[in-house]
Amino acid sequence: MTLPKWYEMPLAGTILEPGNTIKIKTGSWRTFKPIIDQEKCTRCRICWVYCPEGSILELEKPYVTSKGKKFNITYEINYDYCKGCGICATECPVKAITLVREEV
Amino acid sequence: MIYYKSIKELPREERLASGHSMCAGCAAAIAMRWLAKIAGENAIITVATGCVEVTTTSYPYTAWRNPWIHSAFENAAATASGIDAGIKVLKRKGLWRWGDTKVIAVAGDGGTVDIGLQALSGMLERGHNVMYVLYDNEAYMNTGIQRSGATPKYAWTTTTPVGKVLKGKLQIKKDIVGIVLAHRVPYVATTTVAYILDMVNKFKKALEYTKYGPTFVHILTPCIPGWRIGENETIKISKLAVETGMWINFEYEFSKFKVTTRVPKRKPVREYLKLQGRFRHLTDTEIEEIQRIVDENVKRINEMVGEEVIGPVVEEKTSE
Amino acid sequence: METTILAKRRYALTGNYAAAYAAKAVDVDVVAIYPITPQTTIAEKLSEFVANGELDAELVHVESEHSAMSAAIGAAAVGARVFTATCSQGLELMHEMLFIASGLRLPIVMAVPARALSAPISIHSDYCDVVSARDSGWIVLIASNAQEVYDLIIQAFKIGEDKNVLLPVMVAYDGFLMSHTLEPVILEDDYEVRKFVPKEVNWITLNPEKPVTMGPLVGPDWYYEIKYQQVVAMRNALNVINKVGKDFDKKFGRRYGLLKTYRVEDAEYIIITYGAAWEFAMEAIDKARNDGVKIGGIGITSMRPFPEEEIVKILQDKKAFVTVDKALYFGISTSPVHMDILATLYKYDVRIPCINVVHGIGQRTMFVKDFVETIKMCVKVAEKGKPEKEIIYMGLRT
Repeated sequence: MTLPKWYEMPLAGTILEPGNTIKIKTGSWRTFKPIIDQEKCTRCRICWVYCPEGSILELEKPYVTSKGKKFNITYEINYDYCKGCGICATECPVKAITLVREEV
Repeated sequence: MIYYKSIKELPREERLASGHSMCAGCAAAIAMRWLAKIAGENAIITVATGCVEVTTTSYPYTAWRNPWIHSAFENAAATASGIDAGIKVLKRKGLWRWGDTKVIAVAGDGGTVDIGLQALSGMLERGHNVMYVLYDNEAYMNTGIQRSGATPKYAWTTTTPVGKVLKGKLQIKKDIVGIVLAHRVPYVATTTVAYILDMVNKFKKALEYTKYGPTFVHILTPCIPGWRIGENETIKISKLAVETGMWINFEYEFSKFKVTTRVPKRKPVREYLKLQGRFRHLTDTEIEEIQRIVDENVKRINEMVGEEVIGPVVEEKTSE
Repeated sequence: METTILAKRRYALTGNYAAAYAAKAVDVDVVAIYPITPQTTIAEKLSEFVANGELDAELVHVESEHSAMSAAIGAAAVGARVFTATCSQGLELMHEMLFIASGLRLPIVMAVPARALSAPISIHSDYCDVVSARDSGWIVLIASNAQEVYDLIIQAFKIGEDKNVLLPVMVAYDGFLMSHTLEPVILEDDYEVRKFVPKEVNWITLNPEKPVTMGPLVGPDWYYEIKYQQVVAMRNALNVINKVGKDFDKKFGRRYGLLKTYRVEDAEYIIITYGAAWEFAMEAIDKARNDGVKIGGIGITSMRPFPEEEIVKILQDKKAFVTVDKALYFGISTSPVHMDILATLYKYDVRIPCINVVHGIGQRTMFVKDFVETIKMCVKVAEKGKPEKEIIYMGLRT
């Protein structure tokens, strides 16, 4: 990667692009990977609320469980950024999230 | 007033970008994610040197979507004062075209309670319309877990290690809320990350009340490496802090005091302390001392409110 | 708010009041100030202006000088025009913030009525405090009389806010000798000054429309280039200071630049100094000229960026020169400005005899006859044919 020259950088080290840490995929930090069981998930929002990374996505994706329960939203883990802290699994009131060892 | 009555009402849009390098499970990350959401677009944020600043703005990347500045360690409040003054006068001269821009200062416990105390006091005394957020992980965590004035008594840190002669911090935790209250500001609140609604409502209120003057929100943010807890235990520990009475969620709206998280049955402090490696060396006598101090504080709070908002200790009977 | 407009008139003002009037003339937006002798009357005058409605500015009465510079940085970061003033212990207390102000490329202007450093504590003037701030990346200009204080502070805003510079500027002058002495000062019409220094925010600012991150953590792959940008900005400042000095002359009829010269055209010897001492030096030059010594003088206006080329151009064909510094160093027997001159001359391969004099430390009284004495020393060292190794501490009781 060629790094920019002194005259190609904004002055004072000011960063002009807001939120560009999205280019850093912190998902590579993980040892354990959370998996949401969409059948068990009650869409209570708690995992999404507590995730330190904001790497649980609240999607307008309808879902019907095998028992016929209908939901308008679905939570999915964004594995690009999930660091595998496991707070979601610990706090899920119905234990719908399990932590699985990452493939090496 | 309560702005959000349930977590279903909380705003969806992420304003703090993923990809920052805060530890997995960091409570400060949770706090900052929600602060950024509540702050909205029209807020300038200044953060002191520390965990949050270093992990969210490592050149050439920034996790912030707000206009943001870091100047130094001890002066978040002073920098915010300058921003506040600048916006005020530019508005008067017709040179500020972005309306009612809020000013938020963020600092850790080191950057507030110790080195940042003077700048904070000055800002509060001058009455700037700034919201100050203190994320308290109870030590200088970013530099490697050294004790600060906010470190609780007996806690292990690298500069208050547990040895043969000295075991942990000798002094009590500095009462920063007491210091802030002495400045007679419009809004002072304590909260912690396990109680997201409490935290978010207090962020919103603190932001609204900046129209009256400086506001202060003190968040207990457990630290995984610093407190020696598991990455997934952040919320559990934060909840236990409140459930044992070691941390009380309250607010002062001008001088009106309110405990915002009632605890009808209090857990013994042992439940909170035993989960943290930094308290592993505590003797029974020391734990009793801590229990006594918490009991006294709870009594004082209940007397202030005039009602038993924090209940008595009830040992959980576990069946063998 | 209405501001009182002064038509161009001459007033009797102290250096400090001249500084306050200059800040008012440019319609400064934010003043962050903490009192310290001998700067206090600047703060007082500005407070008076604001209280009377003559100046619409936010006065931030900070609780320390460190917070003064921090607040100045915050205000400049949102695009306000900022002014502050301090010296001595206050300047030292804000030391880390000086580097941060210049590193963030914010054009703050600061008046510094130079005062000696503790310990032991002294409230009297010398330039050791300014010298200790020279490395901070600030442009350092030195005024030699109250008129220059007023004129240079106005120019400082134009220089600092130039898009090829974007650096903070300090205007220093002798504490008490200049800060508290009444002198005739021509004050220009405020409106004309504002036309000379219009408010154009040339630097990136904090606003919700284009959210930027200022002051990030920078690693070894990036830091060097960012600092080099500052090196280049300082270099650009050499031209900008000269240009603004010329433009100031065109508009207001008083010429400025990186340095002042006196009777150098046919000079064989040169005396170099700065601040109030320059006025003494000019008198001594006249006296020596009457005695037949072909002496000229250089009064340094810009201490940083140092006017290397100009100094070399004047000195290279002279027989000898003497530097009279009102600051001293410990641990190297060359005084601060003399060191800058020696380094410059050597680099340009100019070797001429010279002698280094320190005077006025802690406001030790300087007399014109002392400067006449230094001119005699200069002539003597020319005869010797090589630089004088020993530094002369003039006025010291030995």
